[in-house]
Amino acid sequence: MPVGKWWDRAQEVPGAPHVRGLGVVAEEWQQAARDVAASGGRLLSLWASQEAHSPMRHTICAAYWIDPGILLAELPVQPECEAPAYPGLEEIFPAASRMQRAACDLFGVRSSDLDRRPWLHGGSEYDFLRVEGEGVHEIAVGPVHAGTIEPGHFRLSVVGEKVLRLEEHLGYVHKGIERRFTELPILNGHRLAARISGDCAVAFSWAYCQALEGMAGCAVPRRALWLRALCLELERIANHLGDLGALGNDAGFAFGLAQFSRLKEQLLRAIDAALGQRYLLDAVTPGGTGVDITAQSAQALAASISSVARESALLRGIYEDHSGVRDRFTGTGRLDPQLASRLGVLGLAARASGQRLDARVDHPCKPYDEHPPVKIVRAEGDVAARVAVRFDEVQESCRLAHQLLGALPDGPHAAPIGYPAAGTFGVGLIEGWRGPVFVALEAGHNGAVHRCHPHDPSWQCWPAIEHAIIGNIVPDFPLINKSFNLSYSGVDL
Amino acid sequence: MSAAAPQVTELVTQLLEVVAALAAAPLFLGWVNQCRAWLSNRRAPSIWLPYRNIRKLFAKDAVLAENASPLFRLAPYLVFSTMVVAAGIIPSMGTHLPLVVAADAIALVGLFATARVFLSLAAMDVGTAFGTLGARREMMVGFLAEPALLMVIFVASMISSTTALPAISEHLVTQSLGLYPSLAFTAVAFTLVLLAENARIPVDNPATHLELTMIHEAMLLEYSARHLALMEWASALRLFNYACIGFALFVPWGVATGAIGPLGLALSIPVLGLKLGVAGAGLATIETVSAKLRVMRAPEFLATAFLFAVLGLLVHVLLKA
Repeated sequence: MPVGKWWDRAQEVPGAPHVRGLGVVAEEWQQAARDVAASGGRLLSLWASQEAHSPMRHTICAAYWIDPGILLAELPVQPECEAPAYPGLEEIFPAASRMQRAACDLFGVRSSDLDRRPWLHGGSEYDFLRVEGEGVHEIAVGPVHAGTIEPGHFRLSVVGEKVLRLEEHLGYVHKGIERRFTELPILNGHRLAARISGDCAVAFSWAYCQALEGMAGCAVPRRALWLRALCLELERIANHLGDLGALGNDAGFAFGLAQFSRLKEQLLRAIDAALGQRYLLDAVTPGGTGVDITAQSAQALAASISSVARESALLRGIYEDHSGVRDRFTGTGRLDPQLASRLGVLGLAARASGQRLDARVDHPCKPYDEHPPVKIVRAEGDVAARVAVRFDEVQESCRLAHQLLGALPDGPHAAPIGYPAAGTFGVGLIEGWRGPVFVALEAGHNGAVHRCHPHDPSWQCWPAIEHAIIGNIVPDFPLINKSFNLSYSGVDL
Repeated sequence: MSAAAPQVTELVTQLLEVVAALAAAPLFLGWVNQCRAWLSNRRAPSIWLPYRNIRKLFAKDAVLAENASPLFRLAPYLVFSTMVVAAGIIPSMGTHLPLVVAADAIALVGLFATARVFLSLAAMDVGTAFGTLGARREMMVGFLAEPALLMVIFVASMISSTTALPAISEHLVTQSLGLYPSLAFTAVAFTLVLLAENARIPVDNPATHLELTMIHEAMLLEYSARHLALMEWASALRLFNYACIGFALFVPWGVATGAIGPLGLALSIPVLGLKLGVAGAGLATIETVSAKLRVMRAPEFLATAFLFAVLGLLVHVLLKA
């Protein structure tokens, strides 16, 4: 059955544009996934939830990224201790494995897939796959690292300096975010959403608000939408600048870190001056934005953006002319397009491996339909490609930010929003700097959240690092890891 | 003038050199770090930071791994004392040193090797992956750097027909200001060896926090408190010693030679300070403009050093210069 049939059968879901959902039965669950895969679609997210009226009834949901939009499939399941509750999708979408294991950890519904190791509550007894043979030994890195970074465990099997296999184990910052949502009034959830992964604050809070506004039937003022897009692009630029500096530093080129840190700080100060927040944690609010910009500060911000674009282009010249830096970046941590497609990688990492995916272009919400960005795609898939995509996206986002500032509509920047009816369900999808951020939201009684599932694209990208590192040398791992720069907090939830 | 007078000066010179090395080594490191910060447009840390760091570490209680053997505890003292002895036979201020009879330049290379062996053994002692990784890489760098360093010393020895470092230095100073093309080649080789042996960029990164890329730092990960302080001090001393070997071979002018009295010695102190200042700035410049090499490229880097040293030797043999 072609994927279009599923799409036609499905019903509109409020929130992000072009989202449809349908209920499936156990026999159709895998078939739908197969049809999506056959049409070149991607698994966007997979999560479990309890039904509101009968806590013993569970559903398992999958969101697919297909050509016409986002397709949601919902399967009712019975949680049982021993027998698998539903057929697993790992064979069709390898990225599903960890999501299924996390769903099992949280709700006790297990898939039929073979990997049954706990994901979120793994602890120290985690059962890593061992590589055996003459001269093979293991290096265990983390979860406590020599520098101040997020915790994650990496088990490298190496021969000499060459990496044979890497296995990741995350979950060290599992803190019950999804549960915490259900304890908050639905109109306050955006604040928690912004703090799921601090570097994607705008993307997460916008995706949450998009779902909420769709459910409540709130028409967001145009000015607010333009301001949100401006914030999102500023967040993208700031993060790319930070990463470009850190990548230079990881290649032993401290000059790059110093310069890009300065540039990022200049931008953050300009954002602070114009919008009153450095990291835009509370910029997006239900019904509009918590920040507004005056014509005068808009001009000052535009000037800062121009200077960032100019200096970043200069620094790009230095990175590209430096033989040592080029030697470290080129060919390192290669993820070829075929593998990227098979693994279902999303976002920046996917675009650096020839995958033409960008939610701002493919499934645009307002204002991206009026101000479409140019998709930045590279085919090489190595660290150099991920660096190049970042450099190009900085320029593109600067251009877009100028355009948005120039076309900023007049009017209010927030509209009143009411509580959505209990049981309504909505979806948000926003292309953050790392990739598409997805939020599934279901309203509960008395203005509460019944279920909220925020999904970071890092879920799909983490397994890609395990493949990109193979055949590289041990000391290149930090560089490869940094070139992806994935979120720990965003997936550990 | 009694015969005892020069001997007293010699003893004073010897004592002064060791004390100066001990005291000035962290300062030199602080200076290099300061220059690095300035060159990348950062505000520099205090030049006294290495001293504060060492003082802080001495005040702390040491934590040892449960399975650490006595070797692990002994190694910091051994490594530190080899560096102190090395400082005693390098003519940084005067060439008449009573300790010189104990060791020549080749023995000096041996001293550095001894320190390296104990450092590596101690790193492997606790049995963590990072210590072993660091020790393995250190031995790889070491066995490639040593021949290059020996070759550098041979060239200088052939010019001055002696392997005693102060004698080489004195020979070069007292010769008329002749240019030795062979020494130009070996100077390049020596700089490359210095970078590799002192865990500087492009071979290693002393400022890194990435445990998988470390060489020298990885070996010190298990050390704390006084042990770590001695190790840090020893690596500052090693950098200082290498710089002074460089001065003795390539810019020996200003060193107190012969039976010069206290005045000559007093004069040599500011000269040494000036040389260290310039060398530190130069080292920081090299580190700022280069990125770290892949570990697998380190052999190529050190092979280049060896090649330059051999070229120096060939130039000397062919041109007698």
